[in-house]
Amino acid sequence: MTFETYQIIWFLLVGVLLTGYAILDGFDLGVGALLLFAKGDTKRRLMLNSIGPVWDGNEVWLVVGGGALFAAFPDVYATVASGLYLPVMLLLTGLIFRAVAIEFRSKEESRRWRNGWDIAFSVASIVITILLGVALANMAKGIPLDKTYEYTGGFFNLLNPFALTLGITTLALFMMHGAIYLVMKTEGSLQDDVKKWGKNATIFFVVMYVLLSGAAFLWAPVLTEKVVANPVLGLLPLVAFLAIANVPRMMVKGKEPWGFFSSCLAIGALMGTFGLGMFPNLVVGSDGTSLTIHNASATEPTLTTMLTIAMIGMPFVLVYFAVIYRVFSGKVKDTALHY
Amino acid sequence: MSAEILARVQFALTVAFHYIFPPLSIGLGLVIVIMEGTWLRTKNDQYRKMTHFWVKIFSLIFGIGVASGIVLEFQFGTNWSAYSRYVGDIFGSALAAEGVFAFFLESGFLAVLVFGWDRVSPKFHFFSTLMVWIGSTFSAVWIIVANSWMQTPAGFKIEGGRAVVTNFWQVVFNPSSVDRLLHTLTSAWMTGSFLVMSVSAYYLLKNRHTEFAKASMKIGLAVALFASIAQFVTGHKSIAGVAENQPAKLAALEGHWDGTKPLDLSLLGWVGKDSTTALGIPGGGSFLLYGNTGLAVQGLKDFKPEDRPPLQLTFQGYHIMIMLGTAMLGLVLLAAFHLKRGTLWNNQLVLKLLVIGVLGPQLANQAGWMAAEVGRQPWIVYGILRTNDATSKSVAPWQIITSLGLFITIYGLLFVLFIYLLDKKIKTGPEDENSEEGDLKLGKQEVLA
Repeated sequence: MTFETYQIIWFLLVGVLLTGYAILDGFDLGVGALLLFAKGDTKRRLMLNSIGPVWDGNEVWLVVGGGALFAAFPDVYATVASGLYLPVMLLLTGLIFRAVAIEFRSKEESRRWRNGWDIAFSVASIVITILLGVALANMAKGIPLDKTYEYTGGFFNLLNPFALTLGITTLALFMMHGAIYLVMKTEGSLQDDVKKWGKNATIFFVVMYVLLSGAAFLWAPVLTEKVVANPVLGLLPLVAFLAIANVPRMMVKGKEPWGFFSSCLAIGALMGTFGLGMFPNLVVGSDGTSLTIHNASATEPTLTTMLTIAMIGMPFVLVYFAVIYRVFSGKVKDTALHY
Repeated sequence: MSAEILARVQFALTVAFHYIFPPLSIGLGLVIVIMEGTWLRTKNDQYRKMTHFWVKIFSLIFGIGVASGIVLEFQFGTNWSAYSRYVGDIFGSALAAEGVFAFFLESGFLAVLVFGWDRVSPKFHFFSTLMVWIGSTFSAVWIIVANSWMQTPAGFKIEGGRAVVTNFWQVVFNPSSVDRLLHTLTSAWMTGSFLVMSVSAYYLLKNRHTEFAKASMKIGLAVALFASIAQFVTGHKSIAGVAENQPAKLAALEGHWDGTKPLDLSLLGWVGKDSTTALGIPGGGSFLLYGNTGLAVQGLKDFKPEDRPPLQLTFQGYHIMIMLGTAMLGLVLLAAFHLKRGTLWNNQLVLKLLVIGVLGPQLANQAGWMAAEVGRQPWIVYGILRTNDATSKSVAPWQIITSLGLFITIYGLLFVLFIYLLDKKIKTGPEDENSEEGDLKLGKQEVLA
């Protein structure tokens, strides 16, 4: 295999890791975003315990995605982290609060304590989601980079209309995804609530997705050019659209696991569409210098070693994740609440 | 304040805070493996209660460890982008390996450990406990490999303005990684076991949960005894490695100036402008390193001032660590002696020392890391890249002041809450047999839907 082939493989693998993160932590963040809609301590505990065992393992996909980015495309990792400094710090703040809020939340009886941490958990989940969308959006729209790959822009230009649109679309997507997950995990009146939220979230997402598509044509042509030039590539966003449309269809039929699977597929197809548009860019430069898989990758020895590490390690991960999810399948019961 | 100093302070504070937690996870994890294994083997219900109790504490610690750890992973990119570009091929690989082999394992099986009691067989649950502990140990492996590569880089060449891997095994098994890994692991075992002993001693002093406390103390003490002795062995190997591979660092750690003289073994002292005032054993250092009190060892004067680390912090951190290590070994030997004689349970003095002893490993860990990392300066990769060439050029001081302020506030709050909740759990104690109340009782303010 040539060096270029390894660079393409790693583009795909980083994409797979981030997609895995979106599919898994996507529902954790979605549950978080929906938390405050639930009234009453028991309902909130049920929601938190539905993701309780798995959210930490899900978050690791972001850590490994970031690590893989660091190893395979060090210049991208360095440029994005240092260039988007304050947004990244805000993201980290969100991640910290999300983690400790769920852990601390039920350790005191006081209503103020529990409500306070619920708000922290929810706000953190929302902030994380929006910032991830904002970061991805800017990498596609283009940020000013100089010849040494350093970011030369400011802070507020990162909060441009396209970035905010993608940020909110991501929020809508995760709320929908989280609601579907909750339908599978809950029963009774909470499940009725969740189904309602799911319907609203799906509508919210569809509206945002339409807006986002328009925004992409306007501001992030890199995402639309290839499809426009070669309509057969439109298959990918079409799959995404159909998968989303299939969600309410499955929910109405009472086939919730299929609904969830459709939601996962939609996320995968959306990430795929994003990746397709971006390829071979990793960060579009608005001043002429873009970071691509060719100019921003690690050297070949690292790419090959990393591939070996991935091929040894990831199969184990997939197996034990499947086993662990199986252990926790089924409804959350209010007689066994750890959080 | 310059961006570089701010970046260094921020990293120091965030890593110092983080480091309160993983050693507890690794050490407590080992203790829990022993407790749960004993329960499976003996069916003695006391061990089941012990496992349940310590798993709750483990969960609290683990959560904050994860939260503070993610900050570090991204901080290499945010504040040290030049470093990331230069050594990303190598350092990034170690971090990615840590994620793939360790984080997935420990965070994945944590689900069963904490939440899966009633959903899996006792054997599968024990397997999960083991996996969490092994995952945390693997995590130490990879991060120590990465950090050791910064101290004693190997298996690479510089090409095209960056470090390129020439031999991955040499990168991983660089001259210092094994010694430093073993030393870090034994210190983690001390950190966890001293926590267990501290809580056990507290219960004994208060005459509460005495059977629980005695059984926990025995396990804690066994681990602490082994680890405290191993600490000195691994510590010696580590410093011998420093003498061989990082002579300027050794000179700073020991406050040794004159390269024509043998190395003294100082117990405490103060580093001045060009000499060190210390209480110690002349030639003792040379003896420990080379078996000969008369052999000269390279001194600070053999290195240009710009190639020397900050001396006071390096020297004091190192010596404080050793003093604490010695005190801890002494305490553990004393406790073991009394346990053998059957006089430990009523010995107020030893029990009180064990209660405050929980701070020993925590302070020693911080002191030791300060010595290790400050002692590596002015290099971020020893001999290859200087710290002041490694920062993020595009990040302005005001941005770092903002993030630093954010971390100080958040971590300060988290630390207070951690101590409060830990204290509360300890004071509540292990649950009684017939009321699994902590987990299962719903909140008093529960509103019926």
